[in-house]
Amino acid sequence: MSSETKNILIGLAGQQNAGKSTMFNMLTGATQHIANYPGVTIDKKVGSYRDDEGRVEIVDLPGTYSLTSYSLEERVARDFLLQETPHAIVNVIDASSLRRGLYFTFQVLEMSFPVVMALNMVDVAEANGRKVDHEKLSQLLGVKVIPTVGRKKRGKGELRQAIRETVNEKGSQDPGERFQVFYEELEEKVVAITSLLGASGTMSETLPLRWLAVKLLEGDSEARRIVQQQHQEAEAVLGSVDAAIQSFQDEMDISPADHIVSCRDRLAASIVEQCVEVSAVHTVRTSEKIDRVLLHRGLAPIFLVLTVYLIYELSIVQGYKLTFLTWPALAWVRATVAGFLPDPGLLQDTILRTLPLWMMDSVNTLLNYVPVFLILFALIAILEDSGYMARIAFILDRVFQSFGLHGQSTLPFILGGVFTGGCAVPGIMATKGIPDERSRLATILTVPYMNCLAKIPLYTLLVNIYFTAHKSYVMLFISTITIIMAMIVAKLLTSTILYGRETAPFVMEMPNYHMPTMTGVLRRAFDRTWIYIKKVGTIVVAVAICVYVLLQFPGLPEDRMAHYEQQMDGAIAGFQQDIQGTAYADILQHEDRILQLLNISATYREAKLAASTQEASRAVDVRYEAKHPELFPLLRPRDAEARSVSRSLRSLANERSNLRGQIREETIVHSYFGRVGRALEPVTQYAGFDWKINVALISSFAARESSVATLGVLFQEGVDENITLEERMERESEAGGRTPLHALALMLFFALYPPCLATTIMVKVQTGSYKWMLFSIAFPTVFGLAVVSGVFTLGSLFNVSGIQAMGIFYVAALATAIVLSLMEDPAWKRQRSNIVGTKEA
Amino acid sequence: MFHCFRRGQKKLSRECSDCGSDKGMLKDGNQVLTQVPKGCRCRIRRHMAHGAIRQRLLDLGFVPNAEVEMVRCATLGDPLEMRLGDYYVTLRKREADLIEVQDA
Repeated sequence: MSSETKNILIGLAGQQNAGKSTMFNMLTGATQHIANYPGVTIDKKVGSYRDDEGRVEIVDLPGTYSLTSYSLEERVARDFLLQETPHAIVNVIDASSLRRGLYFTFQVLEMSFPVVMALNMVDVAEANGRKVDHEKLSQLLGVKVIPTVGRKKRGKGELRQAIRETVNEKGSQDPGERFQVFYEELEEKVVAITSLLGASGTMSETLPLRWLAVKLLEGDSEARRIVQQQHQEAEAVLGSVDAAIQSFQDEMDISPADHIVSCRDRLAASIVEQCVEVSAVHTVRTSEKIDRVLLHRGLAPIFLVLTVYLIYELSIVQGYKLTFLTWPALAWVRATVAGFLPDPGLLQDTILRTLPLWMMDSVNTLLNYVPVFLILFALIAILEDSGYMARIAFILDRVFQSFGLHGQSTLPFILGGVFTGGCAVPGIMATKGIPDERSRLATILTVPYMNCLAKIPLYTLLVNIYFTAHKSYVMLFISTITIIMAMIVAKLLTSTILYGRETAPFVMEMPNYHMPTMTGVLRRAFDRTWIYIKKVGTIVVAVAICVYVLLQFPGLPEDRMAHYEQQMDGAIAGFQQDIQGTAYADILQHEDRILQLLNISATYREAKLAASTQEASRAVDVRYEAKHPELFPLLRPRDAEARSVSRSLRSLANERSNLRGQIREETIVHSYFGRVGRALEPVTQYAGFDWKINVALISSFAARESSVATLGVLFQEGVDENITLEERMERESEAGGRTPLHALALMLFFALYPPCLATTIMVKVQTGSYKWMLFSIAFPTVFGLAVVSGVFTLGSLFNVSGIQAMGIFYVAALATAIVLSLMEDPAWKRQRSNIVGTKEA
Repeated sequence: MFHCFRRGQKKLSRECSDCGSDKGMLKDGNQVLTQVPKGCRCRIRRHMAHGAIRQRLLDLGFVPNAEVEMVRCATLGDPLEMRLGDYYVTLRKREADLIEVQDA
């Protein structure tokens, strides 16, 4: 028996903040999201490892305080335990809050599972002057207790060994010796109900009866349902349960549920007294000392604002400077790829050249921002791991409350990008942790307003063109205005269409501060950036192809094309006339040859620009001279004749690029997207959007990232010169009369724009209804367009500058939000009248 | 009536007394948790809440007879942070209003 491999299933359970996720990583070595914030782990995570006897599969259960049926996580954890009956449970418990952790342990033991206790964070407890005697604890509870430090991987081997031993010993223990909570006055009733339940043969095999009896006496609805489904005489059993509850209540003047809790509490207290040696006299933990400053009533908002500002400064401002280093690298990649593709035609390129380059451009524009995201994600990871995130929820809950949201909406909002940069998809996924149904829906519908990663490239782009002088202010405006608008929308929704949905309390444990680990932070920063890059690699490339088709087809009408060809022929004839009589006239007789020369001179110029040192520049010369000995003198003219030919060549090249630009623009005008964009102009003109912007906005619904990519193509002038999109747009905006007010309108609309395709699908998953999905698209479109049209039309009417309009709008929005926040929450009114009602009765 | 465990906190507690609501005392001489000034301790008597709220409060250690120390309130006066034995929990006033307490 012992020689065969024995595969076992283990459940990892424990309360929130006990370090369960770290323990999971320690045991299985898997990468996983860890945070100090309650409610992160909701999905069932599975990992495994091998020991001497076989494979051990570990399921990470949701972190729950107990195993009732009140919250989704608790139900998920409980269903797993009852239905998949793991071979053993690893109960992770925080050594520094043993007493409360034991409530959970008692419940798992009551379900008669073999338990191994991982007494986690013993180092923190000892630093706080609390030494836990784990042998004594093991003796009292009758389970193996292993002291561990998850973050330092201490206790890994011992824990694995204890898991195997516990599973092997299973069944050898006498049930009578097993640890039980003694329920004092209620004990008699617990025993009676247990035996009633035992009358059903099938139930006693599949369910822990004592546990079920206790649950029934607690009045647990799920337990009643189990009895109704599985017990032959369900009505009789439930009847005697009700009678027992009533008689206990009458006798003791306390409900059995409260009595059960206080029995467990008394037992936990006595265990703690026997096992924990308090050495230090000071009971104030270090975290509390830090909080006296950081959460000081007056200082807390200052620290919060400082933190947010620091994040802007480090990631957006400094990170953007890093893109000056990355852009040349990306440009080099593009040039290299271009070198392998068919040479450009005189006026039009083949699709074999344009499509790959198009995709390359789309991807490059986005990859350019990778340094910004890396810094940003690292900073968010530090916030999460250090424990400050929970403090932010504490500071901000009052604000959230006023708008019908919940302190736990903080995490979805932050993941969604409160600090500029996030993604609505994980943000909406994280709403699963919000116990309050109404807040959850409101959060789902407002998270897309946050500044997701994909919105930032557009903001950064516009800010760098139109608001160079006020960069930090504008970024601060953008991220705070999105919160303000999200709050306004949340309040509107919760007091109208979400009115009447279930609400729940904000009860949160304040975690200890932890020093974030370097590897933890970097891993998460890289993981999240990788997710972003993957999204670029899949959705964006796919969308780029669709957008390409919709932008390039049906193409120019034949007569227009003929017109351009004629012009180009004229230019070439002029060039040939210019060089008549020179030594180069012979070689350049054919049009093909001229085209070749044009293309070579373009790549030569690029190569020269890319060469940073003198030697590199010389190497380029040597290379081109060897490759094109005949034409090289024209690239680098040394005598008067060559110089004059080279001059004519340059003017021919300019003429060509001019014509190409005109063709491109006309192609887009005639394209499918161009037609839609133009058709929308009458509506969007009030918001200051021309058809180019419309096209970019339409294509951005599929994936927000593509807006910048599309703009990059729409503002193509000078694309062959490898200059950044900022410079290109700047050039055009000078010509086109676009003002900062236009930019403001665009940024505002982008902030209020409906979620991207991926997000709307997530909305469907999380709300379980297509109705909400459609609502999440239609409402922001109408609302956003209305707001932006108002701002732009009024702004142009009174002739205010972009930055002034921004200020005025900000004040107006803030005032609206404040007024809305003062309106009383309808749910509170209801609750209050309920309580007053019960008090009087 | 509440004994303040640190003398230095007395002044602070008055400063923060607006953490508490202005409701008068309950008929039987007990108070609700929101009326406990900062830095003072009290003992849980009973819950007036039901269902999920009650369960959550019990899970977090707000069991009858547990000792609670009011630590602070957030900048805007709500939520409240309190200490239960060796850990810290935050609670909105709205829920704290539903917990009846007595002297420590």
